[in-house]
Amino acid sequence: MKEISTVKLDTDILIIGGGAAGCMAAIEAKKLDQSIKCVVMEKAHIERSGCLAMGLNAINAYLTTGQTPETYVKYVKDEFFGIIREDLVYSIAKGLNESVRQVEELGLPVEKDQNGDYMSRGKSSIRIYGERLKPILAAAVNRANVKVLNRVVATNFIFDGERVRGAYGFGNRDGKFYVVHAKVVIVTTGGATRLYKPIKTGDARNTTWYCPWNVGTGYAMGIRIGAEMTSFENRFIPLRVKGVNAPTGTIAQGSDIRQRNALGEEYLEERYKHLGGRKCLSLYRLLATLQEEKAGRGPCYLDTTCLSVEEEKKLKEVYLNMNPAIVLLWANEGYNPRKRPVEIGGMEPVVIGGHCQAGYWIDGERRTTISGLFAAGDVAGGAPKKYVSGAWVEGKIAAKAAVEEIGKIELLHINGEEVNKEKERIVCCMNGREGISPEELERNLQEIMDEYAGGATAHYELTESKLIIARKKVKELEGKLGLLSAGDKHGLVSCLELIDRFDVAKVLIEHLIYRKETRWPGFQIRTDFPERDDANWLGFVNSVYDPVEDRVIIIKRALKKENEYLYK
Amino acid sequence: MSIFINKNVCNGCGKLKETLCERICPGDLLFRNAAHKAEIRSQADCWTCGACVKACPVQAIDLKLPSQILKSNVSLRAQCKKQHTVWEIRNGNGIKEEFVIPATTGNEAK
Ligand SMILES: Cc1cc2nc3c(=O)[nH]c(=O)nc-3n(C[C@H](O)[C@H](O)[C@H](O)COP(=O)(O)OP(=O)(O)OC[C@H]3O[C@@H](n4cnc5c(N)ncnc54)[C@H](O)[C@@H]3O)c2cc1C
Ligand code: SF4
Ligand code: SF4
Repeated sequence: MKEISTVKLDTDILIIGGGAAGCMAAIEAKKLDQSIKCVVMEKAHIERSGCLAMGLNAINAYLTTGQTPETYVKYVKDEFFGIIREDLVYSIAKGLNESVRQVEELGLPVEKDQNGDYMSRGKSSIRIYGERLKPILAAAVNRANVKVLNRVVATNFIFDGERVRGAYGFGNRDGKFYVVHAKVVIVTTGGATRLYKPIKTGDARNTTWYCPWNVGTGYAMGIRIGAEMTSFENRFIPLRVKGVNAPTGTIAQGSDIRQRNALGEEYLEERYKHLGGRKCLSLYRLLATLQEEKAGRGPCYLDTTCLSVEEEKKLKEVYLNMNPAIVLLWANEGYNPRKRPVEIGGMEPVVIGGHCQAGYWIDGERRTTISGLFAAGDVAGGAPKKYVSGAWVEGKIAAKAAVEEIGKIELLHINGEEVNKEKERIVCCMNGREGISPEELERNLQEIMDEYAGGATAHYELTESKLIIARKKVKELEGKLGLLSAGDKHGLVSCLELIDRFDVAKVLIEHLIYRKETRWPGFQIRTDFPERDDANWLGFVNSVYDPVEDRVIIIKRALKKENEYLYK
Repeated sequence: MSIFINKNVCNGCGKLKETLCERICPGDLLFRNAAHKAEIRSQADCWTCGACVKACPVQAIDLKLPSQILKSNVSLRAQCKKQHTVWEIRNGNGIKEEFVIPATTGNEAK
């Protein structure tokens, strides 16, 4: 085994993941106190990392004219059938517009009408020219004198059993082992994808919607130290444009576009009027589309043939800002959307706290249940529909609380034995033995999840009997993790990412088993418990992992009023 | 295929320690090979995000579609100018479309 060298760093605040939430947290921390030391640990390069790498074309959480934080909370609560953390959503809603103005100030061009007002795209969304949103945020982080460790993959928290004291990382370029001690850590690593078999396979396996390098490491690190997680069963299944997995909201929102099946029927109006028809909740759009397919009336389309020439041009422009591949797809097929409707379908499920609400159980200040650790953005739970602007707000809230905390905390170094343990865990896949490649194990995990834990092949449907098989098979497969073998640094990172996904999958399966009702049709369909059951299930399913027993312990938490959530 | 690197156009970013495409790829997929040209480690891991396409100063990288084989003459190029991004799309029939889209207000440079 090759010896790898160690880099040691001390800081006041360590932010793990320099995406939407992480960048904003760093900027805010330095704004509140220029003198504090702040480090961002980022597995890619903050200039184009995470979900924002391609760019964005809208801010999907914004209070347009007439909306208030109260109306926003109601809208989110209705979409999630009563289960949300109202306190968290409310605190996000209050900060949305200010955070957008702040990013506009940093250089983001926002579309405006003749009066200079933001152009809305539906009730809670505005249009932006966001192709370079990530470089704009990165520039602001750099200007703020934040130390950024690009290409360092966080692997575990430094944890002394009481408090998080920093994090370990692996430099995927320099091959070094990083030990960063901090007074306070904010985790902002995004959600978890690549748990399920992807819709596209082979060379197209990573053309997924969600950033394929957000694999849930932030969840896994928390799970391993016993942090409480919430609502993993509230997975997200995006309705996407087939072939490129581009978001459909860009086409559908704020315009008069109809969803049609293969027979040309406007199925939402004809068959799903009781769910709201054309104006239904977004998860019913998915559900209805899946049901049409199942009934043999697929494929389904967004009927873009009604677009005017100008609208079509605008549509291409907004996609170039966010998912340029779709424009290439149209060019290649030789059809423009005006000539041919756009085919849509479901994608593989993802676990995220920014669209749905899987993530760390946090208090109003974004403190997790482990001292010294805050969470914000897609990795934080309980507050769905936060999107990019909600991630910004959460980053700011967490930074404020973190800055207040550092004054009271002494920086403590963990003993060398613990450090060596993590180092050994990391390099053990690099011992040159003949083993299993991460790719092979990944395929196996994804097959199990797909078939037994409600993937696309299983029409996203869940039953207890299948989930129990998933639990058993994942556990068996987990036994093979010890045989993982990596040829180089990149392979090593793939091994670590896979180990993390096993931890996330295990928790996900337990959550899916536990909720014995269908709360979020489309996202969480229990065919053995097809009804919503408010009498028994109007509350949160949370969990804590016990590493000694290798057991996920479920905690049921009731919905409470806003201020009752402060558990510390 | 997800991206195509035109080896005749790529200059390997000269003496830069890290090439510009290598620096930017969110999946850490690109590297400079022994022939001093950019190369992708694994097409199957590409997200087709286009970050490398935008970062290349000589437009040596084309975005491709992993789910379809592109017809000849079909291409999508991007050029990052100071405050806007210029896109050029060619479809198979020789039709070229160009988009010039605002990308920053310029504030971030201040
Ligand atoms: C394709 C796409 C289009 C979208 N379009 C819109 C839109 O138009 N409007 C809108 O409002 N929202 C949109 N969203 C949602 C929005 O991008 C997310 O809600 C937001 O980026 C979440 O912020 P985050 O900081 O939690 O995650 P991210 O922005 O993804 O940041 C997570 C960061 O953590 C890093 N990271 C991950 N693991 C590690 C590790 N182990 N060590 C170190 N670093 C790590 C990642 O590299 C990344 O930089 C879109 C999302 C996607 C995927
Ligand atoms: S950025 Fe362009 S020129 Fe530089 S190495 Fe990459 S492809 Fe070649
Ligand atoms: S398109 Fe994106 S993921 Fe693919 S090689 Fe280029 S930068 Fe990397």
